[in-house]
Amino acid sequence: MSTDSIAWPQTETAVQPLVDRLHDWVTTVDHKRLGILYLGYALVFLVIGGIEAGIMRIQLIRAHNDFVSPQVFNRLFTMHGTTMIFFVVMPLVFGFANYLIPLMIGARDMAFPRLNAFSFWLTAFGGLLLYLSLLGANGLYGAGNAPDVGWFAYAPLTSRTFSVGHSTDFWTLSLLVSGFGSIGTAVNILTTILCMRCPGMSLAKMPLLAWLNLVMSGMVVLAISPLTAAQLMLLVDRYLGGHFFDTQAGGSAVMWMHFFWVFGHPEVYVLVIPGFAFASEIIPVFSRKAIFGYPVMVAATICIGFIGMSVWAHHMFTVGMSSNANTFFVLSTMAIAVPTGIKIFNWLATMWGGKIEFKTPMLFCVGFLFQFLIAGLTGIMLGAAPFDWQLGNSYFVVAHFHYVIVGAILFTIFGAFYYWFPKMSGKMYSETLGKLHFWLFLIGFHMTFDFMHIPGVLGMPRRIYTYEPGRGWDVWNLIVTVGVVFQALGTVVFVVNLVWSYFKGATAGSDPWDAWTLEWSTPSPPPAYNFSVIPTVQSRRPLWDLKHPDDPDWKYE
Amino acid sequence: MNATSMSLQQQSVARELPSRGHVGMLVLIAAEAAIFTIFVVAYIFYIGKSLTGPTPQKVLTAPIFYSICLLSSSVTIHLAVKALRDGKVGVFSRWWFATIALGAIFLYGTATEWHRLISREGLTISTNLFGTTYYSLVGLHGFHVVIGILSLTVVFTFALMGQVKQEHVYRVDVLSLYWHFVDAVWVVVFTVVYVVGR
Repeated sequence: MSTDSIAWPQTETAVQPLVDRLHDWVTTVDHKRLGILYLGYALVFLVIGGIEAGIMRIQLIRAHNDFVSPQVFNRLFTMHGTTMIFFVVMPLVFGFANYLIPLMIGARDMAFPRLNAFSFWLTAFGGLLLYLSLLGANGLYGAGNAPDVGWFAYAPLTSRTFSVGHSTDFWTLSLLVSGFGSIGTAVNILTTILCMRCPGMSLAKMPLLAWLNLVMSGMVVLAISPLTAAQLMLLVDRYLGGHFFDTQAGGSAVMWMHFFWVFGHPEVYVLVIPGFAFASEIIPVFSRKAIFGYPVMVAATICIGFIGMSVWAHHMFTVGMSSNANTFFVLSTMAIAVPTGIKIFNWLATMWGGKIEFKTPMLFCVGFLFQFLIAGLTGIMLGAAPFDWQLGNSYFVVAHFHYVIVGAILFTIFGAFYYWFPKMSGKMYSETLGKLHFWLFLIGFHMTFDFMHIPGVLGMPRRIYTYEPGRGWDVWNLIVTVGVVFQALGTVVFVVNLVWSYFKGATAGSDPWDAWTLEWSTPSPPPAYNFSVIPTVQSRRPLWDLKHPDDPDWKYE
Repeated sequence: MNATSMSLQQQSVARELPSRGHVGMLVLIAAEAAIFTIFVVAYIFYIGKSLTGPTPQKVLTAPIFYSICLLSSSVTIHLAVKALRDGKVGVFSRWWFATIALGAIFLYGTATEWHRLISREGLTISTNLFGTTYYSLVGLHGFHVVIGILSLTVVFTFALMGQVKQEHVYRVDVLSLYWHFVDAVWVVVFTVVYVVGR
């Protein structure tokens, strides 16, 4: 293998006209390009979903505000929830998985590259379909455009009788289409990890990111499929006059709740486990220590995977289930705190005694540790059925799950963006702007979501478009809305940092963090074939072995 | 590069790792199984909950003959794959065609049953809960049979053109996994719809 054959295709792409380069991106089956497409696509939707949240917060900034109408408010929270879960965090998770897994396990691509591209475009068109509802959902009824049934779309609100026009159909079909994409990607990730590892990389020598994504993909297979089934049933009800969720004909609305949350709760773990994965790669590198308790981390993740599939009905305590069901779901929900606690202690133990460098990725991961702990604590509170009867469907719940999704998941994703940006672009980001982003976002996050708990405890229900003055909610809502400004500023700094660094940043080199996993052994950005020679590994930290031949890891593992 | 050295190389690269096709297909089957589970749960939950007739006791008769046809197609496809593994392409084509034919007979059985239910018993998907769950579950399975038959027919067309050889046994084997899954699901659907639900 000569160096000419490596350099040649790069010089070729440099002189291509724009149309050809676009054509390359649209028709690509390269896992790295698809990963970047996922990430770019998700960032666009992150901005859209963020703007929707901002409009809602402006509406709620004071009592009796009339910035938007109640109808528009309903559409905003539905679109915000659906967008953020399915078209922001899922694509972000899949984008990083796509980009990193083949590089980390020493493979040249995913197991099924064309399925990979197909899955991405399904997800992409699913998102476009959701937003086409703004144009097409009016139908002949003049019945409003975007979906307005909430992101979990409880029956019978979604039936033809109560949801005329096509808004619910757009919601159903877009989730169905992107769900097929998610299943395709999960099939791909599982197969890649099980079948494509480089010589020497046994399952016990994989980077934790690969392990955690393996569990995540298994959960996608078992959790997205019930959602697909439920959406098919809803389509049968709406288009063929079926009665699955038609309470007038003996159907059950609670059935939909079960089917939705059988998907909905594992989905939380589908989103947070990759967050754990990023933290498990970033924290050791910036603490200059190997991860503490690797086998226990793997076992805890698998534990979370199993228990996570059996806690769904804690979203339904207020529905009025039998006391046996309530007891079961309280206990399983409490049980999941154990493996999660193990993970938090392992990350702390990794940092303990380490030579910690507070670079931007590490800052986001430390923020994640604290915030995820608090999110877990309010989770235990809400997991106790009697407490949930009091606060279910209040702003306390909204604060809790945003603590998970923003405070834990989005923070680790920001950390991952900064950590792997040098690998993806070949350029260093600006550390100053990165730290500015972190502090702005941290302040904004805590202003918004710490104080959001309080109106919840004071009885403010979620999804109301306005409220009476003098209930003690006003000042809290004001603070919550002001926090959004900081978060928005932080996000602007983030985007500016990415764009500016891509064009003007210093060259990063192949291994700017002195890290230990295989992706850092490739040039930045990696060539289309990843590795000119497939590597052979002997331990969990192959680059450590390479850099310290006198004291390699495989002697101790 | 000749075929022998290539296969040697592939073996040395593949080591002890499982084959991509089989793992991918098994994961897809897991996802499909989850979808069917939800439909089966819905069917069982709604047994006897219809507010109006017709009821399954009155209108359903177990399609024993057609079920035997579908289940025995698992045997024929197994024999087909085995024949191809042994390099007997002609025997493969015959068993493969038998599989397609048995699948088609099963679909014909479903078609006549649905025709009788719709035109004579007046049971459609919107008549009552039984109709909704019955047509959805059996229809979802029938849809999978159709996809299976289309895939099998593609392979059969290649076989007729003499394009299927011993070296393709791996791909054919992966496809046969899907067909076995479709048959296994019918065992569950049959039990739920014609035994438990009647």
